[in-house]
Amino acid sequence: MSASSVRLGVDIGGTFTDVVLESGQDFYSTKVLTTYSAPENAIIEGLHKVCELSGLKPSVIEQIIHGTTLATNALIERRGAKTAFITTDGFRDVIEMRTESRFEQYDLNLQLPEPLLPRHRRYTLAERINAKGEVMIELQRQDVEELVDQIAAAGYESVAVGFLHSYVNDVHEQLVVEVLKDKLPNAMVSVSSEVSPQMREYERFNTVIANAYIKPLMKSYLGRLSDRLGNEGVGCSIFLMHSGGGIISIDSAAEFPVRLVESGPAGGAVFAANIAARYGLDKVLSFDMGGTTAKICLIKNQTPKTSRVFEVARTYRFKKGSGMPISIPVIDMVEIGAGGGSLARVDNLRQIRVGPESAGSEPGPACYGRGGERPAVTDADLVLGKLDADNFAGGSIILDVNGSAKALSRHLGEELNMDTETAAFGLVEVVDENMANAARVHAVENGEDLAEYTMIAFGGAAPLHASRLCEKLGMDRLLIPPGAGVGSAIGFLRAPFSFEATRSVYMKLSDFDAPLIKKILQELEVEATRFVRSCDSNANILTDTKMYMRYSGQGWEIPVSLTPQQAKNPDAELFQQLFDTEYTKLFGRPVEGIDVEITVWSVNATTPPQAVERLAEHAGADAATVTGTRRLHNPATGNMDEAVVVERNAIKSGNQVSGPAVITEDETTIILPAGFNGVSQSDGCMDLRRER
Amino acid sequence: MSKQFSDVANQVMWNRLISVVEEQAQALVRTAFSTSVREAGDLSAGVYDVQGRMLAQAVTGTPGHVNAMADAVSHFIRRIGEDNMFEGDVYITNDPWEGTGHLHDITVVSPTYHNGNRVGFFACTAHIVDIGGRGFGADAASVYEEGLYIPIMKFAERGEVNQSLVHIVRGNVREPQQVVGDIYALATCNEIGQRRLVDMMNEYGIGDLDAIGQFILENSKRATVERIAALKNGTANAEMTVDGFATPITLKVSLAIEDEKIVCDFDGTSPVDKKGINCPLVYTKAYACYALKCAIAPEIPNNAASLQPFETTAPENCVLNALHPAPVALRHVMGHLVPDTVYGALDELLPGLVPAEGAGSLCNFQVSLRPRTDEKAPDDAVRAEVLTFNSGGAGARPDLDGLSATAFPSGVMTMPAEATEHTGPIIIWRKELRPDSGGAGRQRGGLGQFMDIGALGGHEFDISAMFDRGKYPARGRRGGHDGAKTTIEQDDGSKMQGKGKQFVPHGRKVLMAFPGGAGYGDPAERDPELVKRDLVLGYISESQARDTYGLAEDKITEAREIVRTGSSF
Repeated sequence: MSASSVRLGVDIGGTFTDVVLESGQDFYSTKVLTTYSAPENAIIEGLHKVCELSGLKPSVIEQIIHGTTLATNALIERRGAKTAFITTDGFRDVIEMRTESRFEQYDLNLQLPEPLLPRHRRYTLAERINAKGEVMIELQRQDVEELVDQIAAAGYESVAVGFLHSYVNDVHEQLVVEVLKDKLPNAMVSVSSEVSPQMREYERFNTVIANAYIKPLMKSYLGRLSDRLGNEGVGCSIFLMHSGGGIISIDSAAEFPVRLVESGPAGGAVFAANIAARYGLDKVLSFDMGGTTAKICLIKNQTPKTSRVFEVARTYRFKKGSGMPISIPVIDMVEIGAGGGSLARVDNLRQIRVGPESAGSEPGPACYGRGGERPAVTDADLVLGKLDADNFAGGSIILDVNGSAKALSRHLGEELNMDTETAAFGLVEVVDENMANAARVHAVENGEDLAEYTMIAFGGAAPLHASRLCEKLGMDRLLIPPGAGVGSAIGFLRAPFSFEATRSVYMKLSDFDAPLIKKILQELEVEATRFVRSCDSNANILTDTKMYMRYSGQGWEIPVSLTPQQAKNPDAELFQQLFDTEYTKLFGRPVEGIDVEITVWSVNATTPPQAVERLAEHAGADAATVTGTRRLHNPATGNMDEAVVVERNAIKSGNQVSGPAVITEDETTIILPAGFNGVSQSDGCMDLRRER
Repeated sequence: MSKQFSDVANQVMWNRLISVVEEQAQALVRTAFSTSVREAGDLSAGVYDVQGRMLAQAVTGTPGHVNAMADAVSHFIRRIGEDNMFEGDVYITNDPWEGTGHLHDITVVSPTYHNGNRVGFFACTAHIVDIGGRGFGADAASVYEEGLYIPIMKFAERGEVNQSLVHIVRGNVREPQQVVGDIYALATCNEIGQRRLVDMMNEYGIGDLDAIGQFILENSKRATVERIAALKNGTANAEMTVDGFATPITLKVSLAIEDEKIVCDFDGTSPVDKKGINCPLVYTKAYACYALKCAIAPEIPNNAASLQPFETTAPENCVLNALHPAPVALRHVMGHLVPDTVYGALDELLPGLVPAEGAGSLCNFQVSLRPRTDEKAPDDAVRAEVLTFNSGGAGARPDLDGLSATAFPSGVMTMPAEATEHTGPIIIWRKELRPDSGGAGRQRGGLGQFMDIGALGGHEFDISAMFDRGKYPARGRRGGHDGAKTTIEQDDGSKMQGKGKQFVPHGRKVLMAFPGGAGYGDPAERDPELVKRDLVLGYISESQARDTYGLAEDKITEAREIVRTGSSF
């Protein structure tokens, strides 16, 4: 894309649809309410608004990049199509039996989430392939035909196919596809060896079923969107953000809609990665806090960390195991139920608990004065002086401090014998600690020490809490970019075309088969590259090869990257060395005398990242213009100190602000506690440093 | 610091300690070699004050270690001696009676120092791959046959590892690299906890854990005692007979709610068994306490104070208080049946709270595969040991059906069939729900599961079975019916035993049906719509719908039509 091109980023979220128009260096953004029944309507409305703002016509837009929570919501709300699943005899209940465990051990009345498809929509066929890919029981075409007749008679809209060990040998799955095409040409078909060719049947079957389940809905939506945009005079191609942080063509998205799950948050991570590149930062923690959840992601070398499996639709307080696993390449994020609307209570241990229950936008926190009676994080922020009652959301809502104080005092203060301010402090400390704990555990799981990291914070509530989080995590630098409210949509515009192809092939280093490895990696490269080519026929394509390795006998693989050169010349000794290095980094020391095995191979093909100009950083010179003072709670002493108030719009590049201070803007407020210094950079980022 | 301000700090530090031990546990899950740790979560991690009182325990882990861990550190303090403790020390044991119930669990304890002062301890436990002896199974006649015994001793002193101990371990176990790897992993995970604790102490400027410890223990004690005090005092008795190894075993409990504590006394329970299914008291306590905590104070975190009001006693040398040198390798089989026994009594005192009986014990088995010996084996035939974890159905709850094929009271997970088939030449032919196995009731018991296994061509195998509920099913409550029993046989119809090592010749399959949970309430009271749904989903057969639940013929016809058309219901 040339520097002057006109592009549109669109993020459909749960409440708002964000639309960002970029024309060369200029940006125009808007937020409109999401229109659930026909989500394309909100996009068109947003399109009109940004076109009006910019004075540009829709026809000059050269590229549209779109991310959406529609796929995720369809899974959470179970609004998918009537779908049948065909699997191996003896394994009808894999998605229902899950891991045979309880995600909450002390709840006698625990309820497990219902499987995506009820048992009577799951069918089996006599067939069996073993772990080596050898056919033990051959699938009979006649059996398939009989079953397909039954499925046709029942009128299913979508069919998922998943057989045991199909990631090694897909011959039986392909036979079913053939018969389906023949006898049921209009049915949408999803096959596990194509959607998610990874070992572990629960994850793979659930993923292919999820794909099939949302496919009719997403296909129809994407078709309508294309048509509507065409009617508005938009002639360019539409691309979709996927969960792995790249973009794919609208056709690939319609074929593999499960890859769109979590595409909004992925955009946020790409947004942060792009800022990291601007500042030349190799170790970044992105912190995105909105109304109901906070998301935390590690970004190393300007690339968000990715993973192969994640969980959607958690049904029980965001608890691990209470959702359903989806095995696709995904940006690895921790999401916890902590946002501005998260509600607080005192439990019977006299402990303050915050979230995951949220006040949402209706009735909202007590200070909205819309009937909310319980204290939310926003109420505590208001009482502690972090928010200005008269200038919230650009003055569109006047906040009721008394309402907040009453809620805090009734639900926390009276119970714990604390005054209102201390109760508010306790609430905020608990929610900040929850987020810090999530970040710490995530860092430990990845063998990272956060002390060396810089935080990039965005989302409506993040700038209010980020500095305290830095203190808790021992981090010394914090960047708060402008446009924090539409970060994901901006991120879409920064994402490369990319597609990651993965495959499970089990190999011990003692059984090293170099020709086979070459073949696998080459096939994966061809597959991944093909998807990227379908978006851009000339671009230079880079590939990133990863192996997932472990000691024989362990259950947890760690990713090991190969350079293109190393991938072309597989070498057992080198692979061992690379593994030892990674293992030592994570766990301190290698284990001697145990064979190492590779379980999964992946190749990510991507267009080069957009060229980012390294920013000339200001050290800070003149103090920013102070417009007033405000009483602000000091978490180190528990006192209310006097803090200066600065308007972000009035800050010039290079201006300096010293804490205690609050920097106000329409979308959010930045808090600088005592000990923090901020300098406004030429790209509009506030660059905060903690003095120690 | 003002009182209010320090209250906020204490709130935050309590949260932090729970997070620290969780980090400790996660580190272990990711580095352990033992299947039961990494797949099944058979581990535990905790932080202790300087007196050895447990302040926090990781949520990750299985209930069997709850009290065992709480007690273990005081044994270490007593055995090692406070004067003999130094910075950089690491202590170890696998004593079933002072650790967590069998030789396969290794417990590692590390003292933590801050500014030169000992401020507390970290401890963790994991089930390791092998400990020598006969291997993991019920077949030993005494603990001496079950493997290497490591009394409480120093694994490292002032950072220097005791190499003699490492040599002895290496020389006595089947997988020396993995076992030694696991011991180091345990020590490392304590180190991670220690670093985080010191960070926290620096952040809050505290020199010891006295104040925060007191805050945690007082609040936990008060909350737990409040819960118990709210219950009416009383005593109730219950007993449950189960398969045992060769002869049936009766578990008997007398449960007393007394003002501020609850006491379980297992007097009358069968004597120690000849085979390794006996339970040291520490493990019995863990499951009795777990059962009570679930029912009475589920959300209070585990620590010394919240566990203290739950007392457990059992006569010496009964199967639930086996003394040295009784064999105890499979202590989990009896231990997992303790909660159902306790609930039998608790249900009399607090009706409408606890579930009906369920499968209880996990349905685990170990398979030892080898090249066939009846004829020439193919050249690529191999030897392999494969351990799997599986679950039957849980008991129906007063207002909810039982969970199907889900572990209770154990906290473990199963392994994917595809992963299991990569660990050796085993074929899992079937692993799916077992219709009609959930005991009928107003609330239906959870379904058990079918599991059929065999070997790849060219192999034969031994199966070491660890199943119960074959002769004595889970019993229904308040008119609910019993769950289905465990069955095990070969595909030629030859019968097999529920416990012990048994040979399976080349080409044969083992067909297993794991037990269902029992029902709750009279099946006649079950909502016909739920009966119809169960029929549509194939959880029950037409005959059970008709004969046991009395479902009307028109509803049965409707169900058939829904199945045929794949419609919603």
